[in-house]
Amino acid sequence: MPTPAEIEKNFTDIHPPLSGHGGLVESARCYFCYDAPCVSACPTGIDIPGFIHQIRSGNGDGAARTILRANIMGGMCARVCPTEILCEEVCVRNKPGDSPVRIGLLQRHATDPVLERGVQFFRRAESTGKRAAVVGAGPAGLACAHQLALFGHAVTVFEKQKKPGGLNEFGIAAYKTVDDFARREVEYILAVGGIEMRAGAELGRDITLEELRGEFDAVFLSPGLGGVNRAGVEGEGLDGVMDAVGFIAALRQAEDKSRIKVGKKIVVIGGGMTAIDIAVQTRKLGAEEVTIVYRRGPEDMRASRHEQDFARSNGVHFRCNARPARFIGEGTVRAAEFTVDGGETITLAADMVFTAIGQALGGGIPEGLSTADGRISVTADRATSIPGVWAGGDCVAGGDNLTVTAVEDGKVAARSIHRFLGGGHG
Amino acid sequence: MAELSVNFAGIRAPNPLWLASAPPTDKAYNVNRALEAGWGGVVWKTLGEDPPIVNVSGPRYGYMHGGERRLLGFNNIELITDRPLAVNLREVAEVKKNWPDRALLVSVMVPMKEESWADIVARIEDAGADGLELNLGCPHGMSERGMGAAVGQVPEYVAQVCAWCKKHSRLPVVVKLTPNVTDIRQPALAAQEGGADAVSLINTINSIMRVDYDTLSVWPAVDRKGTHGGYCGPAVKPIALHMVAEIARDPRTRGLPIGGIGGVETWRDAVDYLALGAGTVQVCTSAMTYGFRIVDDMLQGLARFLDEKNLHSVDRLVGAAVPSLTDWKYLNLNYVEKAWIDQDKCIQCGRCHIACEDTSHQAITHEVNGRRHYEVIPGECVGCNLCAAVCPVEGCITMRPAGAAEHADWTTHPNNPARTAG
Repeated sequence: MPTPAEIEKNFTDIHPPLSGHGGLVESARCYFCYDAPCVSACPTGIDIPGFIHQIRSGNGDGAARTILRANIMGGMCARVCPTEILCEEVCVRNKPGDSPVRIGLLQRHATDPVLERGVQFFRRAESTGKRAAVVGAGPAGLACAHQLALFGHAVTVFEKQKKPGGLNEFGIAAYKTVDDFARREVEYILAVGGIEMRAGAELGRDITLEELRGEFDAVFLSPGLGGVNRAGVEGEGLDGVMDAVGFIAALRQAEDKSRIKVGKKIVVIGGGMTAIDIAVQTRKLGAEEVTIVYRRGPEDMRASRHEQDFARSNGVHFRCNARPARFIGEGTVRAAEFTVDGGETITLAADMVFTAIGQALGGGIPEGLSTADGRISVTADRATSIPGVWAGGDCVAGGDNLTVTAVEDGKVAARSIHRFLGGGHG
Repeated sequence: MAELSVNFAGIRAPNPLWLASAPPTDKAYNVNRALEAGWGGVVWKTLGEDPPIVNVSGPRYGYMHGGERRLLGFNNIELITDRPLAVNLREVAEVKKNWPDRALLVSVMVPMKEESWADIVARIEDAGADGLELNLGCPHGMSERGMGAAVGQVPEYVAQVCAWCKKHSRLPVVVKLTPNVTDIRQPALAAQEGGADAVSLINTINSIMRVDYDTLSVWPAVDRKGTHGGYCGPAVKPIALHMVAEIARDPRTRGLPIGGIGGVETWRDAVDYLALGAGTVQVCTSAMTYGFRIVDDMLQGLARFLDEKNLHSVDRLVGAAVPSLTDWKYLNLNYVEKAWIDQDKCIQCGRCHIACEDTSHQAITHEVNGRRHYEVIPGECVGCNLCAAVCPVEGCITMRPAGAAEHADWTTHPNNPARTAG
């Protein structure tokens, strides 16, 4: 098993930031495209050539302002966005013999110093006297709250956890957001003022949508997905069979990662980012053999090819086209059995089995909300079927479950809410 | 293998790539290293009268970078040699003795007095130099003392100094011209009239690099004050080429040997100067940027080029492009080119479109059938070449001839009130 020091080293930044010189060199690679494909590919529409041009001109803070104007979580997105399937995938330099501009790293290069120094670019407008409630302090909720605060509305955020951040704080793999970045970013966002945080308050348990609608002029729902899908096979109750989400959260919150118990042989069931994150992190904690088992082919995985390669480079094995049949063990799991396409059965020894097969709205959907595929239906403005109620982030139907799309949801909803509350076009 | 040797105004050298009079040629140590590296000749850094001048000990150089800190423009406020005349002359003699096949010219600058010039040129000749280069171009410091550009900007003075040097020395006299004049042909003519054997150009251009954004003083500054310096490096090459070519194509100075100077970094730059009429090429900034080894590819590239073009000697390249240079009024107004975008090479950055759309002739599409697609609209294209200039991909946008009627130029155009015929 790795020593505590080795584990600490394993969880350092996977993409170290660019140096000052590196930032200048990389920024010079941008062609400053017109109507740039990278901007269209960014869910928040950051003016990417614009901010890279600003880095190059020596206007680093201006670059950060350009980013944060479109995406207040530009710092986190620079770390966790799957840029290889967004902005960087469509970079015009993505040609044989060349490589895309490293937009994610440049975005971090621009935003890190600003968060470090606490530079605030935006000021709240005069108070409108209107009050808005935001449910859930994840990326969607915080982005919405920030934008609403800028419009001059008084915002109250209800968060079921003891601290804000949502999946940025509890979900993202530790090596993607080191040095407590998620907390620092939340502090930066809240520093704009006008946002009251009520932690430990859960919708459906401590507060109801009806009460919020009565007390506030508008409500934005972004509770995330509280439930996890289950494999639904024999042996799911055995010790050592658990959902990946809970383990990842515990890992993120751990003061000392070397105290987290990890098995020797691990089987991860799923094909998305959560599967990759749990597989890589258990490897980094010292697991000897980690296998991701996915029911379809590699091309169908929600995790990008880049992410799959990243897992492979960390020693994770893949077994595709195999579905869980049962988990075997007496009290504690010792193997997982799968049915391979074609009917063959394989058994993988395992002292830990993680299911990472998707999440679902937990705790029941408030009455009256239209849904689709088990999630809340929204319009292009992120308005729900209930007047005065908007929703965004992972809880809404049709989303990509990305931080960046959640931020966009919050931003778009805030503008719509502002118009609803009598403001102009924000 | 191509013949690279040259005979420039009677001075022989194994190749036409010489180091210009500048910091790299200030003393024997550097010059020996340069000649070992393969340079065909050197022009020793300008000698003056004793006591030697004093240089500043703050920044002497300013610079302007392109992408990735590539040095594009460079300026300096260094003066002529700051070592005693005797020390320099002793080293000149030593170097010449050790390198008999290389061209060793000595740059010189003294006050506008015949006895000053008479004395120093005789001593340089005694040291064994192959030729004199009169520094009538230094734009900073020395010009405040009535030397350098202060002489070079007055054609009568140029002619006078040349005459003195020819009178008091048997060495070939090359006059280094300042570009800080309105018409470079005037000092060149004056040099010829004064008996000069050749001219070399350009010396550096008056320049201020920028301001310091924190102190709002000029940058670089020596103890918070700065002064204009001489500008050189790749950025000045087009200015220098024009001046070289103007002298080369003027019937009055035709045949006057020219040393081309300014921004030479590769063999291609050397080809530019030679084809536009220079018989040798002098280099400084690129050596100061990369070291003397930069001459390797200049020599190899030039030789390969001469063979590829079936020229086989430098002589046959010199001036080859001069007949193609003419006045605007003789350009064929009936000749038409249109830009063409190679769709296989296009990376769809849109730069050609926005440049044409915003600042030119709205002749490049942005979308075709709802898809991002860049294509020239021939009816709108005036053949200006802007799109090719801004395209980041080599060879993606080219200009293609689109038919030419019979030659007709401004001299005969109906819109020209002073037309001569037609």
